[in-house]
Amino acid sequence: MSENNSDFILKVENLSVDFATTAGVVHALRGVDFAVRKGETVAIVGESGSGKSVTVKTAVGILDTNGKVVSGKAMFTFKNDKGEEETIDLLSLSKKEMRRTINGKRIAMVFQDPMTSLNPTMTIGAQIMEGMIWHYHTPKEEAKSRAIELLKMVGITDAEKRFKNYPHQLSGGMRQRVVIAIALSCNPDLLICDEPTTALDVTIQAKILELIKEVQDKLGISVIYITHDLGVVAKVADFVNIMYAGKIVEKGTVDEIYYDPRHPYTWGLLSALPDLDTSDERLYAIPGSPPNLLHEVKGDAFAPRNEFALNIDSIAEPPLFKVTDTHYAATWLLDDNAPKVEMPKELRARIDRMLKEAK
Amino acid sequence: MEERTPLLKVEHLKQYFPISKKFTVKAVDDVSFEIYPGETYGLVGESGSGKTTIGRSIIRLYDPTGGKIIFDGVDITGKMTKQENHMLRTEMQMIFQDPMACLNPRQKVADIIGQGLDINHMYSSKEERDEKIARILQKVGLAPEHAERYPHQFSGGQRQRVGIARALVMNPKLIIADECISALDVSIQAQVVNLMKDIQQETGSSYLFIAHDLSMVKYISDRIGVLHLGHLVETGTTDEIFSNPIHPYTQSLLSAIPHPNPAVEKKRVSMEYDYFTSGINYLEGELRTVEGTHKVLATEEEFQKWTSEKKNYR
Repeated sequence: MSENNSDFILKVENLSVDFATTAGVVHALRGVDFAVRKGETVAIVGESGSGKSVTVKTAVGILDTNGKVVSGKAMFTFKNDKGEEETIDLLSLSKKEMRRTINGKRIAMVFQDPMTSLNPTMTIGAQIMEGMIWHYHTPKEEAKSRAIELLKMVGITDAEKRFKNYPHQLSGGMRQRVVIAIALSCNPDLLICDEPTTALDVTIQAKILELIKEVQDKLGISVIYITHDLGVVAKVADFVNIMYAGKIVEKGTVDEIYYDPRHPYTWGLLSALPDLDTSDERLYAIPGSPPNLLHEVKGDAFAPRNEFALNIDSIAEPPLFKVTDTHYAATWLLDDNAPKVEMPKELRARIDRMLKEAK
Repeated sequence: MEERTPLLKVEHLKQYFPISKKFTVKAVDDVSFEIYPGETYGLVGESGSGKTTIGRSIIRLYDPTGGKIIFDGVDITGKMTKQENHMLRTEMQMIFQDPMACLNPRQKVADIIGQGLDINHMYSSKEERDEKIARILQKVGLAPEHAERYPHQFSGGQRQRVGIARALVMNPKLIIADECISALDVSIQAQVVNLMKDIQQETGSSYLFIAHDLSMVKYISDRIGVLHLGHLVETGTTDEIFSNPIHPYTQSLLSAIPHPNPAVEKKRVSMEYDYFTSGINYLEGELRTVEGTHKVLATEEEFQKWTSEKKNYR
């Protein structure tokens, strides 16, 4: 590829991961490619088991012990301590190097459940300071004032008092704000949010998403969102990757995915969203369930659930077809020889209505 | 509309949990609503609003502290006779949130579904039992062969179908579905919601659908009750709640639903609502009728203010 490397902060290429389980080898990732540009928000969307969490966990070196990287690279570009731009393959680093130079310092992560990612025996202030002291040897006083500053930034009132609180003294939304403050404490270049709002209430979810967006605008960092909620994606993402059965089946800018989806799975996902503006009696449901990746997938993994499946879908796996420079979809429907298939007309009508609303 | 008698009538239900001598958690405080036969009533609210507690009080997993629950003409609060208890245990069933946690991993699906039948002696021969189980499995979209399997051999969506089958086999009049789709994937959620709707059309049973996801509630419910901090702040038909929300809490809930439309969603900022700074006291308010069945918890003054101003909440 001839693109300038320094444009990208993270570039994952052809990543394949296997898990050894008692039932056999699970091919969790089967060649994942995606890239994150500087300052951009990228979403990875998929059902549970599609491999979205495994993708980022592999990239930051916290893969479960029974997982094995079969192939692939994760090129991460950052300014090193000397201020020079450096690109390294994260998968080539040892766990120790990863911990010392990348985790927390360059790439920070926010997990789903704030109660399990916070230490219940430490005050939240100490937890925010921990990373700074460890990575940058920041003097304690300085770390403390920065921690209070961070708490204020993530919207916690009475930051000085809260500094001494333990996690159990905070509400769910506040805890997630603290987790975000911890993630931001070392000025990371990349923030990974793994379902950051799934465990929270809708009203708090909206606030947390708005907070992450605000922080991102202020600091200019890149963000990767992992989620299954297309509503959340619409709110935050610039670029969307749709994952299914360990592969990215469609990627494009957020407008391309929502207003001009090409993959039948994306059609299904968008149709299955409850629409607040219509009162259809039935909700569209994608038939069947995701494939078991214990078995070798032959052809297109989505074919058994796809009402538009062609004969070739059961024989060969579709490559990523180019729609525009930024928009790609892995479906044989985009092949020149394929019959012309339009998206379901209910979805078409809905997209037309959304476009009208957007004007 | 003709006069109908409600299947379930909850009147001033109170459910308190004493923590210590001085402190009592008022999980549910003075909640009243009705469910008519063949209807789905959606109960929404954030975590800690008491929606699950209401479901559990109704099915008598808790003993209500105060108020009355009248189910099918029988008062099921207080001490119940054996007959009443039997009636409650057969006519009212529950579907739980996490299908993995609520199915016994060491029992076959046939025994999980058949347990209610066994306990209540609802068959005369083994053949009848097997036939009942096979029929119910088919109804929820599973094959009769699945009866010989264990819960771990199913996917999440299928497990929830087993949970639904277990509730349905008793042929209940009321099913309490407590967050029954929250633990499922988006594409599977739609399947389960559709299944529940189909079954309702076929059997005419009523649902009490407890959820925090308003967009799904809209699809399945005929009427909705919005709970906050143990108080029912607004209730009405789905249409009334969605097109004309009166209470600020309802409005903030609605505004928090993310819309799958990037151009609109990117610019939208959700509404904020904080009970403690809003100056609203739920204890002072009473349910006031807006129109028809649409009611809102408010004092006279608040009611005037809220109904006169029209906010752009979406």
